[in-house]
Amino acid sequence: MSTTTPPTETVAIGTFDDNQRVNPVRRILRTQAFQILLVLLAIIIVFSIIAPESFAQWTNFRLIIQNASILAVLAVGMTYVIITAGIDLSVGSVLVFSGVVSALVMRALGGEGWGVATIGIVVAVLSGICWGLLNGFLIAKAKIPPLIVTLGSLGMALGLAQILTGGVDIRDVPTVLTVSIGYGNVFGSVPIISVIALVVVVIGAIVLHYTRFGLYTLAVGSSEIAARRVGVKVDAQLIKIYTISGALAGLGGILSLSQFSTTAIAGQSQTNLNVIAAVVIGGTSLFGGVGTIMGTVVGLFIPAVLQNGFVITGVQPFWQQVAVGAVLIAAVYVDQVRRSAAMRGNTQSLWRKFVSGGRRG
Amino acid sequence: MSTTTATPVLQARGLSRQFGSVRALNNVDFEVYPGEVTALIGDNGAGKSTLVKALSGNLAVDEGEILFDGKPIDMSNPQVASSLGIETVYQDLALAPHLDPVQNMYLGREIRRPGLAGALGFMKTKDMAKASRAAFDELGATVRSLTSPVGEMSGGQRQAIAIARAVHWASRVVFLDEPTAALGVRQTKNVLETIRRVRDKGIAVVFISHSMPHVIDVSDRIQVLRLGTRVANINAKDTSMEELVGLMTGAVTKDDQK
Repeated sequence: MSTTTPPTETVAIGTFDDNQRVNPVRRILRTQAFQILLVLLAIIIVFSIIAPESFAQWTNFRLIIQNASILAVLAVGMTYVIITAGIDLSVGSVLVFSGVVSALVMRALGGEGWGVATIGIVVAVLSGICWGLLNGFLIAKAKIPPLIVTLGSLGMALGLAQILTGGVDIRDVPTVLTVSIGYGNVFGSVPIISVIALVVVVIGAIVLHYTRFGLYTLAVGSSEIAARRVGVKVDAQLIKIYTISGALAGLGGILSLSQFSTTAIAGQSQTNLNVIAAVVIGGTSLFGGVGTIMGTVVGLFIPAVLQNGFVITGVQPFWQQVAVGAVLIAAVYVDQVRRSAAMRGNTQSLWRKFVSGGRRG
Repeated sequence: MSTTTATPVLQARGLSRQFGSVRALNNVDFEVYPGEVTALIGDNGAGKSTLVKALSGNLAVDEGEILFDGKPIDMSNPQVASSLGIETVYQDLALAPHLDPVQNMYLGREIRRPGLAGALGFMKTKDMAKASRAAFDELGATVRSLTSPVGEMSGGQRQAIAIARAVHWASRVVFLDEPTAALGVRQTKNVLETIRRVRDKGIAVVFISHSMPHVIDVSDRIQVLRLGTRVANINAKDTSMEELVGLMTGAVTKDDQK
């Protein structure tokens, strides 16, 4: 075809531009999930150099992983929700509510065996599913914005949990749960709670990236009207996604109950924001259509490693909040730049944007 | 190309639709024949888009009936249209910008793997990519990358993907709502070429456009809407730009000829 016209105009139907083919390796390098992984590795390396004896030890990493496990379970559901350009503020409260209902049922049944523990697990997940269904139905069918619906259910779930317990934490948790899920290990020193989280993460990633359900999640977030026109049942998809988020919060409820042997009603007020921050740091766009579970996991470990590292190196741990806030804002800024570059059909790198002062170069 | 004696593949009889006090469609008749390009023209607000929505299952009509292959059908939702082999390319293209061309091509119609994996929602990604590539090549629409999001592509590329998708799934009728409105000279030429190729496959093409030269260039039959009514149904060879503009604005009137 003609080579006299400028390159942007030769991209007509019927022309073929070989230079524009993107190498798959370069594509991976350009993803936010990968770039954020480099940030995480840099943080780990810095702390390992400063404190090789205390930070860079398996027992310490094990502690970080164990502490991040419950958040990881919630973050998988949150990734799906945010990919649809939604938000779920209720996860922390639903976790508490599910833990409370489960603890009450197990206490009423009595006993310390697996029978009662299994019932407790099922009850916790079902409680979460109920809240997720309510959220999803109000968002998809009643068309109330997700922020408002889940802000409402955040308050309702927490309030009901306090009404059910009279505001006093329940501390009767079957021993089988605390010794297994709570602080049990497999393969020597791998926490069972982390194995459960890993299973959720792997299933979440496979479903998101390899199945039709995941594709529809991305499609609904990318363009609701495009999805509707080709016959994707958008409302049903949204209800399913909020239900999954609720179910995982319910699972988080039983994990928390097992780990801390208490319903910890007041202990989850920041959980929703921590989970949302992790998802967003991991490259999932708040505007929908883009996101990976891998990114979310990395986004989860940045705050966790920072906190741990600050404690170990003797920096006031409050700096963690400052650092995470900055990382969060930077992550969203990167996403914005990327989106506006894509809108201009322009794939210029961030680096070039900074050195050229924002002009095209 | 005129096959006036054949049964219309899609036919509207006496369609009416009221929006509040506005009569968007007023007893409209409309026919589409296989292997023909039918242009649907009219001024803004003449009812072109409303008619297309009604014929593609996106809008219920108050009165009138729609016939497919001569038999009345209930075009109550877009899935009915799809199952009959009727596809529409909307002005806004309706592609998901973050998905790649293959994912857009097969969205809602993914090829599942056999057995349990398929039941769990796993797809034959390679088969879909291969078929998409073939579909793009068939239209001469060489899409730059099958793995980049379509949102990062040019308007012409996106148009090509939207048209290729419609043509790939349409076995009988394709509606193209202003497919050339946002395109440059060369892309427009390619779209018109695509329209002819689709027609030559025996598929009926309904081409909606404001550009009279394109309409006269590519159409076999031209149907003119004015104020929600069809004011002309003419052979493209027997008309001129002046006459079409006159019909659209009401300066010229013509008996509805079959």
